[in-house]
Amino acid sequence: MPYYESVFIARPDISAAQVEALTESLTAITSENGGSVTKNEYWGLKTLTYRIKKNRKGHYSLLNLDAPPAAIKELERNMLLNEDILRFMTIRVDELEVEPSIMMRNKGARDDRPRRDGRDDRPRRDDRGRPDDKPVTVAAAADDNNAAKDDGVSDVSEGIDTKGVET
Amino acid sequence: MRGRRPFFRRPKSCPFSGPDAPKIDYKDTKLLQRYISERGKIVPRRITAVSSKKQRELARAIKRARILALLPFVLD
Repeated sequence: MPYYESVFIARPDISAAQVEALTESLTAITSENGGSVTKNEYWGLKTLTYRIKKNRKGHYSLLNLDAPPAAIKELERNMLLNEDILRFMTIRVDELEVEPSIMMRNKGARDDRPRRDGRDDRPRRDDRGRPDDKPVTVAAAADDNNAAKDDGVSDVSEGIDTKGVET
Repeated sequence: MRGRRPFFRRPKSCPFSGPDAPKIDYKDTKLLQRYISERGKIVPRRITAVSSKKQRELARAIKRARILALLPFVLD
């Protein structure tokens, strides 16, 4: 039997438990028609990049299927009729992914990585801020040096005078 | 010598060929996002240096991601 991957987006106002129930009913439909669901993933409530049926968010779910085409047809017919499903897409794949898909892997990593990177960047930005300040201090120091040189001339002459006094 | 020649571009290699190349998948929005412009258009391969075979695969993945509202059709 060919392999399929099916992703569907459910309405945002239903609960995660209801999405779970929906997944089960779809699984039942496929098994009734001689297919099987090898894996199902719930990606969570995600923001849509554009509005679908006036909704800005949706519950994403993925089903990995090993089913005959007739079962897929029946499954898609049911998804089309279901009011809770905003959109679905079923594609045939050569191989079914056994491990969790990229969406599930990123979910765990997303909590750690961007924040850590952000923390690393922030102190660096502060460091970058300091060299910007430095030229000002260097320029000020240069002015001081010039002033010191001017003073120095008199200082030296004074020094000579004092030395002369001492000797 | 080569670097000094005007209009010379060193050969770029396809980011999806080679041993540790990423797999093109419509679910991998992070990867696909790099190949769409600010307006949400697919970036031509003359800019990204993706091989023609992989560009077709990439375009298919981007279009699939758009259907699922993972990527935008238009951005402005």
